[in-house]
Amino acid sequence: MDEIVVESPGQGDNIPPTEQMLGLEPTESARSMFRRGLEVFLENRLAVVAFGVLVFYVLMCFFGPLLYHGNTSHVQMDEITLPPGPSHPLGTDQNGVDELGKLMKAGQISLEIGIASGVLASVIGMLYGAIAGYVGGWVDSIMMRTIDALLSIPLIFALIYLASTLGRTKTVFIMVIALTSWFSLTRLTRGDTLTIKVRDYVAACRMMGGRSPRIIFRHILPNTIGTTIVNTSLSIANSVFALSVLSYIGLGLQAPNDDWGGMFANGSSYLDQNYWWMIYPPGVSIVLIIISCNFIGDALRDAFETRLQKR
Amino acid sequence: MTTYLIRRFFQSIVTLFIVSIATFGMMHLMPNGVVRGMLGQRATPQTIAELTHRLGLDQPLYVQYWRWLDRLVVHFDLGTSYQKSQTVNALLKEDMGQSMYIVGLALFFTIVISVPVGVLQATRRNSVTDYTITTFSFIGYAIPVFFLGVVLRDLFQVQFHLIPIAKQIDSFHAAFSQPDQMILPVATLVISGVAGYSRYMRSSMLDEITQDYVRTAIAKGATKRRVLYRHVLRNAMIPMITLVGLSLPTLVGGALLVEQIFNIQGIGVLTINAALSSDFVIVLGTTMLTAIVTILGSLVADISYAALDPRVRLT
Repeated sequence: MDEIVVESPGQGDNIPPTEQMLGLEPTESARSMFRRGLEVFLENRLAVVAFGVLVFYVLMCFFGPLLYHGNTSHVQMDEITLPPGPSHPLGTDQNGVDELGKLMKAGQISLEIGIASGVLASVIGMLYGAIAGYVGGWVDSIMMRTIDALLSIPLIFALIYLASTLGRTKTVFIMVIALTSWFSLTRLTRGDTLTIKVRDYVAACRMMGGRSPRIIFRHILPNTIGTTIVNTSLSIANSVFALSVLSYIGLGLQAPNDDWGGMFANGSSYLDQNYWWMIYPPGVSIVLIIISCNFIGDALRDAFETRLQKR
Repeated sequence: MTTYLIRRFFQSIVTLFIVSIATFGMMHLMPNGVVRGMLGQRATPQTIAELTHRLGLDQPLYVQYWRWLDRLVVHFDLGTSYQKSQTVNALLKEDMGQSMYIVGLALFFTIVISVPVGVLQATRRNSVTDYTITTFSFIGYAIPVFFLGVVLRDLFQVQFHLIPIAKQIDSFHAAFSQPDQMILPVATLVISGVAGYSRYMRSSMLDEITQDYVRTAIAKGATKRRVLYRHVLRNAMIPMITLVGLSLPTLVGGALLVEQIFNIQGIGVLTINAALSSDFVIVLGTTMLTAIVTILGSLVADISYAALDPRVRLT
């Protein structure tokens, strides 16, 4: 019966549905935030190349060893410090270990720890920022002043101290790097939270009896996810950097489990002998990963922050 | 101004207090505590108990913290190295000069270079020059300091022999009397510094160019040159002071790596070697010291900012 009342003959066909009249439905073809973001991202050629580089490294490091079997485990005295050639595309090191095989193996460690601690740092930063911003008041002041204070401890010194006291295992590195690199995201998430928590839908949720955890997890955090994703990409770059710094100064994972930083350090101790193939492949890999993550982060920022979009 | 000074000073004290708690907390992360570190592998339960008591480590944590803070604040005593049987203060005194020299030179040249570069980019916005410099500064920003340092060493010392390889620089005198040995370490820090600073300078210039006083100056009939250098540049340089304060931790961290690459016995190498030989008191001491220097640095930066820009004092 209701339907008949709504579609009364007098209103005609050319009257648009109410939703469209109110502007609730997009006039052109419906595009999700994700689709639109993807389009913006793909327009940025540099970011696409950067993404390609990242995919290449992930494939090379994790699936490369299935196809390429270089000697990465035992000393071969008759093959030490060979320059790149047909049997060893990237040469060998001072123990006769194949550099390409080693590059893949070390890359696994760099990428695993980099990604794991980058993601962990984002989770910590996001939660801390959301809680500080949501609770507000003196709790917020204390939480944010603590961040300011911790930021004034030079990162490398803190990393060196923590890595050398807590022991040098993969888990420790993931934790330590994450624990020292979540501050910038916290500030951003807190800022977002401050603007979100005064919105009507948050008030509505609270009125309906939604408790703080529900508001934070269901309403605030999903709305800050763009910032978090952008920052995760930058955070991964920082983590790869931090790990390689620790390895470079000799505080990384012990050989033969060293990462690219460790390989680079090992190679650069032979700098005077001009064994460039031991230095540049791992070094350039680190640089490429860091630059790629930065480019991807920038493109994601354009993709997620609708304010910056042209359309 | 006085109110601002007092408030800002109080803020620094709070920051220092939080840093001291964090550092004290980190101290208690040492595996098996300080005592095991001092006594080494041969420690028996009895000697451990004895030393624990003698050092006051069986006291409640807040008592220990208070004593530690008292030693730190009143006597600036950072403790004694287990292995070198020297106080951390004495070790720092030996190595601080050359580290500060490098950081100082790097900061000076970074500013001297990045200001004109930023101005050039801002005045020729969206030109080929601007894009080229932007690309380079992006790469410079993303390249890890240690990679850059090794590449420079490879190019200038190994491939082309432009700069001789000297023996270890272990005193301020050695650093000061061999300027050629300072070129590469400082250049490494300057290149990665300029990358960030010039971006900042560029956007700071662009912010100022759109201000009302610029339009007024042009309306008055001032030449473009005069507007740019007498009005815009002066104001655009003020935010750089904040940047210097903010970038100190990165710079100090970069100096640590540069010392390692170019064989300079400074605070960085002291820290690295101490960490490698599990001499944690030294690492903690240098961490605390660099944190204090950074906090003081940003305090000085903020005060000079307030002195130069009256608007800051009022907020």
